[in-house]
Amino acid sequence: MAKGAIVIDIERCKGCGVCIPACPNKVIALAKKVNKKGYNYLEVQNDNCIGCANCAIVCPDGVITVYRAK
Amino acid sequence: MNREDIIKPENLVYRRTPVLTENIMHYCPGCGHGTAHRLVAEVIEEMGIQEKTIGIAPVGCSVLAYNYFEVDMQEAAHGRAPALATAVKRLKPDFFVFSYQGDGDLAAIGTGETIHACNRGENITMIFINNGIYGMTGGQMAPTTLEDMKTSTSPYGREVQSMGNPLKITELLAQLPGTCYVTRQAVYTPALVRKCKRAIRQAFENQKENKGVSFVEIVSNCNSGWKMTPTASNQWLEDNMLPFYPLGDIKVSK
Repeated sequence: MAKGAIVIDIERCKGCGVCIPACPNKVIALAKKVNKKGYNYLEVQNDNCIGCANCAIVCPDGVITVYRAK
Repeated sequence: MNREDIIKPENLVYRRTPVLTENIMHYCPGCGHGTAHRLVAEVIEEMGIQEKTIGIAPVGCSVLAYNYFEVDMQEAAHGRAPALATAVKRLKPDFFVFSYQGDGDLAAIGTGETIHACNRGENITMIFINNGIYGMTGGQMAPTTLEDMKTSTSPYGREVQSMGNPLKITELLAQLPGTCYVTRQAVYTPALVRKCKRAIRQAFENQKENKGVSFVEIVSNCNSGWKMTPTASNQWLEDNMLPFYPLGDIKVSK
C-alpha cells in the first residue's frame, strides 16, 4: 500500500515530463486531458508512491507537493 | 493507508517554497531556469535571509526573474549584473547579493564586467545558467555553443575555424585570485539537483565570511532552442554538453 502521496497543481503544470523518469516506481504519467493552457498535465496512475520527492525536486515549475506517512 | 490519511500537514515532505511568488513562470516547459530559480529560493528560505537578500536580474530568458523571487530585485542593463551587484554589495555589505545570468549575458556582452568583478573579488554570489545558446532571441549561436552544434545562426553547425572556439568562462574565472568558490553543476536529475542545491548553499554561506566571488555555473537545457522535447534535450545535454563542460568543483579556497 502507498506510503506516500503527491498533490499536483494541474493549472501550473506544463507537461514537460521531466519528472516521469525521476520516479522510481512509475507512479506518474501525462494525462490525455489538457489543462486551461492546453498542456497535457501530470497525473497519478497508481498508488505505489513512496513519497521520495524525486519528482518534485526536478520539477521546473514546482507543481508537486509531497506527503509521506511516518 | 489511503490517500486522505497521508495528505496531512504533519506528513508534508516537500512543497513549493514561499520565497518564490505565485506567478507562473514564462519559461518553456522543462527549462532548467525554473529549477535553478527554485533552488536559489529554497537556499534563501533555509538560511532565513529573505529579508536580507537582494538579487540582480539579467537580460535574456531570465529577464523577468524579479517577477518570481519574493526578495528585493534590481534589473541590470545587458551583461552588467556583476557591476550592479558590486554597487549593491558595497552599499549594503551586510546583505546577501546574488546575480543570476545566462551565457549570452555573462559570457558575451558582459564578459568585461564578469571578469573584472571576479578579479576584484567582490563578495557576491553569481549564478550562471549555461545552455550554449541565446534562448530568448531565437536560438542564435552564443560564445558557449559547442563545436558542430546547430543553431539558427550556425545552421550547419559551429565551425571553429570561422566562428571561434566555445568559451569555458568558468575555468577562466577560476584562474582569477578574486574568486573563492567556482563550481559547475546541472539540474536534470534528482541527484544532481540535490548536489546543485548544496553548491548554491555554499556560495551563499561564503558571503558571511567575505571570501570573494562565489560562482556557480549550471549547465542547462534549451529544448526550444535546441528543437527537442524536454526529456530528449536532457539526454542531449548529458551526451554532448557534459563531456565539454564537466561537472564538479573547479576551485574551492580554504
